Amino acid sequence: MNRIEGQIRIPSGCAIAAVISKDGNRMTGEKIVESMKPMHDRSNGLGGGFAAYGIYPEYKEFYALHMFFNDRSSRKNCEAFLKERFEIVKSELMPTRKIPAITDEPVIWRYFVAPLQSNLHNLQLDEKEYVARTVMKINSEMPGSFVFSSGKNMGAFKAVGFPEDVGVFYKLDEYEGYSWTAHGRYPTNTPGWWGGAHPFTLLDYSIVHNGEISSYDANRRFIEMFGYKCTLQTDTEVITYIMDYLIRVQKLTLDEAASVIAAPFWSTIDGKTDPYEKEKLKFLRTVFPSMLITGPFSIVFGFNGGLMALNDRLKLRSMVVGEKDDKVFIASEEAAIRVMEPNASNMHAPAGGEPVIVKVKEGAF
Amino acid sequence: MALLFYPEFEVIRNENRCIACRVCERQCANEVHSHDSESGLMLSDETKCVNCQRCVSLCPTRALKIVKSDCTFRENANWQNDTIKEVYKQANSGGVLLSSMGNPKPFPVYWDKILINASQVTNPSIDPLREPMETKVFIGKKPSQIERDKDGKLQFNLSPQLELSMPVMFSAMSYGSISYNAHKSLATAARELGILYNTGEGGLHEDFYIYGENTVVQVASGRFGVHEDYLKAGAAVEIKMGQGAKPGIGGHLPGTKIVGDVSRTRMIPEGSDAISPAPHHDIYSIEDLRQLVYSLKEATEYKKPIIVKVAAVHNIAAIASGIARSGADIIAIDGFRGGTGAAPTRIRDNVGIPVELALAAVDKRLRDEGIRNNVSLVVGGSIRSASDVVKAVALGADACYIATAALLALGCHLCRACQTGKCNWGIATQKPELVKRLNPEIGKEHLVNLMNAWRHEIKELMGGMGINSIEALRGNRLMLRGIGLTDKELEILGISHAGE
Amino acid sequence: MKRVFVNEEWCLGCHLCEYNCAFANSGMTDMVKALKGKKIYPKIHVNGDDKINFAVSCRHCEDPLCVKACIAGALNIKDGRVCIDKTRCVGCYSCIMVCPYGSLSVSENGTASKCELCLENACGEPACVKGCPNRAIVYEER
Repeated sequence: MNRIEGQIRIPSGCAIAAVISKDGNRMTGEKIVESMKPMHDRSNGLGGGFAAYGIYPEYKEFYALHMFFNDRSSRKNCEAFLKERFEIVKSELMPTRKIPAITDEPVIWRYFVAPLQSNLHNLQLDEKEYVARTVMKINSEMPGSFVFSSGKNMGAFKAVGFPEDVGVFYKLDEYEGYSWTAHGRYPTNTPGWWGGAHPFTLLDYSIVHNGEISSYDANRRFIEMFGYKCTLQTDTEVITYIMDYLIRVQKLTLDEAASVIAAPFWSTIDGKTDPYEKEKLKFLRTVFPSMLITGPFSIVFGFNGGLMALNDRLKLRSMVVGEKDDKVFIASEEAAIRVMEPNASNMHAPAGGEPVIVKVKEGAF
Repeated sequence: MALLFYPEFEVIRNENRCIACRVCERQCANEVHSHDSESGLMLSDETKCVNCQRCVSLCPTRALKIVKSDCTFRENANWQNDTIKEVYKQANSGGVLLSSMGNPKPFPVYWDKILINASQVTNPSIDPLREPMETKVFIGKKPSQIERDKDGKLQFNLSPQLELSMPVMFSAMSYGSISYNAHKSLATAARELGILYNTGEGGLHEDFYIYGENTVVQVASGRFGVHEDYLKAGAAVEIKMGQGAKPGIGGHLPGTKIVGDVSRTRMIPEGSDAISPAPHHDIYSIEDLRQLVYSLKEATEYKKPIIVKVAAVHNIAAIASGIARSGADIIAIDGFRGGTGAAPTRIRDNVGIPVELALAAVDKRLRDEGIRNNVSLVVGGSIRSASDVVKAVALGADACYIATAALLALGCHLCRACQTGKCNWGIATQKPELVKRLNPEIGKEHLVNLMNAWRHEIKELMGGMGINSIEALRGNRLMLRGIGLTDKELEILGISHAGE
Repeated sequence: MKRVFVNEEWCLGCHLCEYNCAFANSGMTDMVKALKGKKIYPKIHVNGDDKINFAVSCRHCEDPLCVKACIAGALNIKDGRVCIDKTRCVGCYSCIMVCPYGSLSVSENGTASKCELCLENACGEPACVKGCPNRAIVYEER
C-alpha cells in the first residue's frame, strides 16, 4: 500500500496564486478558481486548495475548524474531545457539490468554536496557544481526524484533484472574502490523501507554497522543540509552524520573519550601511539559524488582514506580482494574474528573499 | 633475561638505489640508521624503528621503505601478535602500557556507513562556483525570547558567540605535548582561516597571546598555566572534563617534555611529570560544574562563552542534558577515536563510545527536552574529512573539532609514539633540534590549505543537496542514509536506511 | 635580483641540498646513476654541529672579490649572477682564498666551482631550494 503524507516525505512542484483587496472589498471565489486554469500543467490532479479570509463575518469571534474525518466514528470521538475543550456554537457538514472530478472524499465537517474559559485559566495559556495545541494534539494523536483550518473568519478548502475542480466542489463561488490564496499540486508520488493538499494552516495563518526545501529536516527538528508536531512531513506544514513561531510566539514583524527564513547572505549583510539594519540582520541570523529555509520556494503567507509573498533567497521558483486599483495579485505565472485582471499593471518579479507584504487597511476587515 | 621478540618493522633498503647520503641517519632521532665507513654501506637497527616514515619521506632516491615484519608468532585468532607482544612487554616492565593517538582497533566507523543525499529533478542542486555558498557559523547559547525596547526596536541581547568562517576548530593539544612550532602553526592558521584553535591544558605561551581572539583557552583538572590573564586572553574558555582517548583519567605529560618554556607556561618545575588528576577535585557532581562555569564567567566578565568538553561515554545524553542546564554555552563531545599524546593503551582501546552515536543521542535528547538552543554542540574524536564534517553537521553538530587531521597536515605519520618525546616530525617533542624540523610557516600553509580544501568540498556537498548555507544542514538528518546498519543503530543515529 | 638565502633557524643539517646540487649539476636524469658510489662536489655546503646548521653557497655579491681576484678571467658577472667559465680556470684558487663566505670550492677536475643558481642546468631554478624539506633555503628578492 502506498504510504500517505506523514508516513513518508513526498516532494512536489506546484502552482500558486493569490488576490487581496487593500480596501477590504470582498470578492467571490470565482476569480481565484479561474486563475488556476492557465496553470493547469503545474498540477497533476493530486492536490488543490484555497484559503479565504473574511468569509465568516457572522462568526468572526469564533475559531472555524475545518476537519477531515476518515469515518463517522472518528468524528464522534473527536467531537467528544472538542466538547471537553470548546464551546461549539455551530457544527455542520461542509457544503459541497458532487462532481465527477472529485471522488473518495472523507467526511468533511466544520465547527465554529470558542475555547472554554475555565480551561484557559487552568492551563494558564492564551487563547491562540490553546487552540494551536489542541490542533497539534488532534493531528498527531487522533488517527482518522485532521484539522485543516483553524482560524477566525477564514477558512481553507482543499482536496485531491485539480484546483479548478476543488473550487467547484467546495462551492467557492458562494463565499466572499477580501483575500484569497490558491494552490495546485504536483506531488512526485500518489498519496491520494486530502490532508496533504495545500494550503496548510494553523490558526489564521495559511501557506501556499511551491518548491521543495532542502532545509526541511533541519527546520522540522528545530521547530518541533517548541511543541509543534510535523505530522505531514511537508514543507508547507513546517513553514507554517515557523511563521507561527516567529510571528505569534516571538512577535517578530513580517519583515523580520522574512529576514529569518530567507535571510540575506552574509555578504549582503556586511554591505549594509544603516548600523541598526545591519546589526538586526546579523542578530536574526545568529539567533534563528535553524529557521533559515534553503532550496527553492515561493510562498504566499496569508493571515487575518493581509498576506506576504516571499521567494527563496536565490529565487529558484517563479513568482510575479501585479496590481489594479485596490487589488494586488500574486501568482506563479503572469497568465494567472491576467485571468483575474487583464489590465493589471506594475507587473514585476520580486527578487529572491524580498518580501511583498500587503495589508488591508485598518478597520476594513 | 628479558623476553625478546622480533622487531615490529623492517627497514628495507634498496642497495641498488642507496647513495649513502646519510640523510636517514641524520634525520632519525631513534638512531635506527648508521653509516659503516669501512664498507660504505648504511646499516639499520630495526629494534628502534617506530615507523614514523621520516627517513622514507626524505630519502632522495626512494631507496628506503619500512614494512611490517612478517616474522610472526604462530597464527592464533585469539592470541594475536599484538596481544602476545603486549604480554611480553608487561612481563618485562611490570608497567601500564602506554600509547598515543586514537584508538586503532577495528571498531565500526559510522561515518563510513552513512551516505549523503543529492538533489535530482524536484529541487535544483546549487553550483558553489557560481552561487554564494555560506559556511559561516556562530556558536554559543541562543536567547529563548526576543526582546524589544520601548520604541519597538530589537534588543540585541546575545550571549557571547564564537564566529567561525567554517564549522571547524582545531582541537585541544597542549603546549608541552606538542611543540612551540606546532602551536604557532595552529594559531597562525586559525587566525588566517577565521576559526579557533585550542591551547589544551598546558597554558598559553606568552608569544601567542596576540592570537587570543582565535584561541580557546582550556582549564583542565591539573589547572596547568591557568591564571587571570590566561583566561582573559582567549575568545572562549573550555573546561576539560574528559577526553575521548582516555575517558576517566587526566592528561599525562612525561617530565622529559617539561623543559624551559613548557615548564614556565605550565607553572610547574622542569622535569616534573604533569599528571592531571582524573577528576576535577572541585567537581564531583553537576552542581559543582555549574559553580566552575560561573566562576569562569565571573573571571571573564561574562564576555566569553564557556565550553564544557566531555568524553563520549555510555550515558552521554543525560550528561549533556545536565551540562546544557549548567550555564555552559557550548558542549564539546570527544569520541573514543580521538587522539592523545599519551594514554594507557587499555583505556585508549576499550573505553568510551563512537562520537557519531554520542552526537546523535545528545542532539536528540537536547531537542526532546527543548534545550538544544541553550548550547551549541561541537564534536571531535576522529573527524577525518570534509564529508565527516558534513555528516556531523547533518546529525546535529554546530561545529567539529579536528586534531589528528591537523597533525597529519603538519607532517605527523601516525606512528603513535608521541609519548617517547622523540617525534621526528618536530610535532610531539620538546627537543630543540627536533622542534625546528617543523617550520611554522610551512605548517600554517598546510593547515590553511587543508581547511580551504575541506571548505570547498563542504560547499560542493552542500550544493549537491541544494543547500546554500550550513545552518540549513545542521540537524538535517533527512540528508543522511545508513548503509549496512542494524535497526538499532539507525534508530540511535535517527536516520533511515539507504533505499528507504 | 633573486638570490639564494639560508635561514639557519630552519636548517636541519640533513645535507639534502648538497646531494640535490650535485645531481642538478651532473647533467643526468637519474639521481642514483649520477651519484651512487661517487664522491660528490656540491656547490652548496652545510656547516654546523648537532645544534646549529646552515648551508653556504655563493651570495652573488654586487661587487664580488672573487671576480677581481681571478687571474684568468674565468669569473664574470652575467645579469648579476657570478658565473665561472671552467675552460678558462687555471686552478689557482685565488677566488677560494678571497671569498669572505667560503662559497667557492674545488670541482672534481680541479677547477674552481661555484653556484650559478641552476639557471643553466636542467633544473632552471635552484635545486637546493626546491629540495629543502624545511624551507630553510629560499630563492627570493630581498
